[in-house]
Amino acid sequence: MKDLLEIRWHGRGGQGAKTAAQLLAESALDTGKFIQAFPEYGPERAGAPIRAYTRVSDREINIHSPVTNPDIVVVVDPTLLETVDVADGLDESGILIVNTTETVDSVRRKTKYKKGKVATCDATKISLETLGIPMPNTPMLGALLKIKAVVPIEALEKEVQKKFLKKIGEEKTQLNIKAIKRAFKETKTG
Amino acid sequence: MMTKKLIALTGDQAAAEAMRQIEPDVVAAYPITPQTEIVMNFSQFAADGRVKTEMIPVESEHSAMSACVGSAASGARTMTATSANGLALMWEIVYITASLRLPIVMPVVNRALSGPINIHCDHSDTMGARDSGWIQIYCENAQEVYENIIVAVKIAEHKKILLPVMVCQDGFITSHAVEGISIFPDDKVKKFIGEYTPEHSLLDVENPVTYGPLDLQDFYFEHKRQEAEAMKSALKTIPAVLAEFNKTFDKSHDLVEEYKLSDAEVAIVVLSSTAGTAKGVVDELRKKGVKAGLLKPKFFRPFPKARITKALSNLKAVAVLDRSDSFSGEGGPLFSEIKAALYESEKRPPVIDYIFGLGGRDIFPEDIKKVYKDLQEIKKTKKIKSPVNYLGIRE
Amino acid sequence: MKRKRSERSERSPKGAQPKAGRTEGKGWKEIPIAGIIDKGGTAREYKTGSWRTFKPVVDKSKCINCLQCWIYCPDSSIVVKDGKMEGFDYDYCKGCGICASVCPVKCIKMEKEAT
Repeated sequence: MKDLLEIRWHGRGGQGAKTAAQLLAESALDTGKFIQAFPEYGPERAGAPIRAYTRVSDREINIHSPVTNPDIVVVVDPTLLETVDVADGLDESGILIVNTTETVDSVRRKTKYKKGKVATCDATKISLETLGIPMPNTPMLGALLKIKAVVPIEALEKEVQKKFLKKIGEEKTQLNIKAIKRAFKETKTG
Repeated sequence: MMTKKLIALTGDQAAAEAMRQIEPDVVAAYPITPQTEIVMNFSQFAADGRVKTEMIPVESEHSAMSACVGSAASGARTMTATSANGLALMWEIVYITASLRLPIVMPVVNRALSGPINIHCDHSDTMGARDSGWIQIYCENAQEVYENIIVAVKIAEHKKILLPVMVCQDGFITSHAVEGISIFPDDKVKKFIGEYTPEHSLLDVENPVTYGPLDLQDFYFEHKRQEAEAMKSALKTIPAVLAEFNKTFDKSHDLVEEYKLSDAEVAIVVLSSTAGTAKGVVDELRKKGVKAGLLKPKFFRPFPKARITKALSNLKAVAVLDRSDSFSGEGGPLFSEIKAALYESEKRPPVIDYIFGLGGRDIFPEDIKKVYKDLQEIKKTKKIKSPVNYLGIRE
Repeated sequence: MKRKRSERSERSPKGAQPKAGRTEGKGWKEIPIAGIIDKGGTAREYKTGSWRTFKPVVDKSKCINCLQCWIYCPDSSIVVKDGKMEGFDYDYCKGCGICASVCPVKCIKMEKEAT
């Protein structure tokens, strides 16, 4: 892993992209990394496209500007492929991970991202089947860890446990962890 | 690897955490984006009984600062927090707080002061308050926010200072970004700040005191002279307080932070989070053999002139990055003061101003690289084409 | 806690009008900070009675001791003893004439201070 790992999250307000960015960072913090996670606030409406960022490093992070050349881009909502240039700044060594029912080839066509790695995961389906609500953010964390072991999946589980238990209770917390694990298994690359 | 356990907090949460450990007697505050999470989190601490603080929810910032003045005059350790338009609404009382010499500490989350209305970061709110008599500390990251709020209490209440302190952090950039923060033990913080023993208290009925009587031509001037002296002498007292803080918590706070300046030829002067981004650029340029450096004033009030002059006078070219405009036609407030400081110096490097980041416009390493490139050119030609520039603007 | 207090209010030198100019009173290093008056009852030192041009005089033979004058006096300058109106505290009476105005039996007259 290079010194600084930069991840950009694309989602819509209310889908938990900001929470996902934070969860990943906080899991990494627990494994001894330096971290940064921040959302890019616009009008803050449910449904509006939003960006969030995660930085993970072995060294102190001084930079305080948005990520322009991400190592990884995670797209939490498939409809964003039509409206947002999600592959912007992603070079050939990059990774694009999308919540979609479509194939890797189809994603490549839509995003015009040809050279780097592309992975897909039907996180909405996983979320609906596991949690009963469309919250694709946690499964997308599972998808991300499958493609890039930013942290061990156990570290993420621990963090989800810590963060969610008080807020949504034991049962739903466990279902989120289940969704993460299922997404980890079902993520496809090409 | 790290030796200390870090916890994930936003800048706002870090501020609330510092306030929890300080446990002021009174907090009167009104929520405003992007300060909201400070008040929200601290209210939670109060509601959960984790602090014994009297939390006063008020109907406006004017009322918040008014309640704080009453509280502080009664001898209570008092805090509040605000942003932008909230600071503007408490303006009248902001001046009164300083002139009554009430040691209130106020985290301010920097946000563009309307209009057009905008909730994102620039320094137009607190820069407007630079002449209000408050001490101002600007923070690079959430860790500094946390530490500066703690040390601010000690500075404000110092018998030789007795001035209120604003602890400023960049709205959203710092306030809403999660970073790993190292938190001191509660008892160590409480021991460091100590018990607050006010010189005068409205509640001390054995020794009655009047706060805020009419002060006319015969004495007002003398009282303002005292205020000026308090701010000036704070420059001598603050380093001692910082030294005590550094010794207690194993830190290295100073009036200014010099980054790779000792042998630098060109340097940027910038406050707050952008200093962090600029450090990365300095590192990159250094690898290419460019003698680049950075000066980050931590205190803007009092203005550490001697330190700044000393740090800059040997450079070949200096750029000031201002996150607000003064609309004087002569650049931003930091630029004016840096230039004024250098006027008395025997060696005066050329100084150029870049106004940037208004209303939360992002500043990227590429922007900062451009500034260093301009500085290299100025170093060569010894000429500044345009003294005031706008960085990251669409022409 | 006993604190050192200034001997008297610095800001009311005996109620006399300060001289025009800048020399009256102590310097900025010697006065309490922030315009604080750091002791109580300093208004007592300010003898506002000297501001008077008319002074109230009571005809006790007509007075019914209703104490309306005492209620209305803005300067607490009606002297009352055992529930009876005794006269005026001329140290602080500014001669505003409110007492004469409110007196229901018109036993207070305003007389010119100096001829």
